[in-house]
Amino acid sequence: MITSSRVTEATIRALYRAETSLPPWVLDKIKVGLEKETNPLARSQLQFMLDNVSLAGSRGLPICQDTGIAIFHVQAGRDLILDFNLQEAIAQGVRIATTKIPLRPNAVDPMSRENSRDNTGPGIPDIILDRIEGQSLRITAFPKGAGSENMSLVMMLNPADDPIEFIIDAVRERAANACPPLFLGIGMGGSFDLAARLAKRALLNMHCLQQSAPQFTRKSPQEFSQESSPQGDCSISLSLSAEEMKMQRLEENLMDRLNDLGIGPMGLGGDTTVLGLRIEKALCHTASLPVAINFQCWANRSATEVLL
Amino acid sequence: MTEFYLQTPLSQEDVKKLKAGDIVFLSGRVFTARDKAHALIRRQGSPVSLEGAALYHCGPIIQRDSVVSAGPTTSGRMARYTDEILALGVRAIIGKGGLPGEPFLNRAVYLAYPGGCGAAAASQLRIRGVHFQELGMAESIWELEAENLGPMVVAVDSHGRDLYKDVRLSAKAAREAAREI
Repeated sequence: MITSSRVTEATIRALYRAETSLPPWVLDKIKVGLEKETNPLARSQLQFMLDNVSLAGSRGLPICQDTGIAIFHVQAGRDLILDFNLQEAIAQGVRIATTKIPLRPNAVDPMSRENSRDNTGPGIPDIILDRIEGQSLRITAFPKGAGSENMSLVMMLNPADDPIEFIIDAVRERAANACPPLFLGIGMGGSFDLAARLAKRALLNMHCLQQSAPQFTRKSPQEFSQESSPQGDCSISLSLSAEEMKMQRLEENLMDRLNDLGIGPMGLGGDTTVLGLRIEKALCHTASLPVAINFQCWANRSATEVLL
Repeated sequence: MTEFYLQTPLSQEDVKKLKAGDIVFLSGRVFTARDKAHALIRRQGSPVSLEGAALYHCGPIIQRDSVVSAGPTTSGRMARYTDEILALGVRAIIGKGGLPGEPFLNRAVYLAYPGGCGAAAASQLRIRGVHFQELGMAESIWELEAENLGPMVVAVDSHGRDLYKDVRLSAKAAREAAREI
């Protein structure tokens, strides 16, 4: 039986893990970056980042003082009946976590700039809700710091523009302030707001591409939400379709071109600028070309709790 | 890439000997200040003397009397205040992402603390006092005692060198070269 208090407790656990440790695939990406990095200053930055994560984990302290704005990806089983206010149950978890972990009170009114002091209030926590098969409830804490979020953008390009060229220039101009090496979620197509949502989902779904062989199928966000594998949002397949291979090549090529810019860790120069990149697509109007880039810093924090 | 262990308040000589790319570990008083504290200093003046000071662009997490996490915030948001802050005697601004280099010429340095490394920075800092506390935890001016705060990279020195600018220019050149192929 999934109750309001179990959701609140799971929220606190997910936030604690997200704030004080990094997902193994993220740590692996940083370590691989360090192995390949040739610039001594860049190497020292990456090594210090890894040392900081170890220290945070051993002391149970937030990796970064910017513990972010509260964003959750919630995947709810189709057969699940929740007879309580899910938003409020998660918000309660955020309030308790704010004093318990502790988190920095970051949520302010956009106009008066008055701080709500508990990281909750109108619209926050932001909950991205999907339905999945079965009866489970998966709660992923995805706290988002302002350094990288502030560099994110949506642009309504002219269909005659080259979106890849646009992305390279935007990242070139903005990367240094976003705490590189970066993870980039890119939304291509859709509408003004769908492009932004695709970009955020590209970050949320990025780990699906990071697992070892057998290779993972790329799926649209809608398809992800219908999975019932133990992972919930990833599914295994032995081969990629031609379209999927094409996208993967495009992403790898774009990542190489961005890393060739030499921006490096913290924008101080080096080989390691982008550690992960995923593009999510949707159809768009024949007269439109929306492109969104959601920047994510090297501390790509998230943690999932599953309730059965 | 020379390593320096410095003590605040910083002297003009301290600033002068630092070159872009050097590494600094800093001990002594460090003051945090971000968006709201800068705006309030502009209106009311600084509540503390900033002569020879190190000003840290940081909104820490504080619990009871201890620093829980205290990495740097994006300095660019405070760029509009650089001139008047340096005019108050600040000799080092600590942050991440950099600031336009011109105001630092012949008077101060910009030190880059690795971004996102809040736990590590907290282990190097102790609370000594707080000012403008009505601005809240992240925005107050925290008076901190640093013990070898670092490693920090001298990203903008007082001799006109700016590492971020160098990287920006070489990224732009790399981009143009790639376009021509």
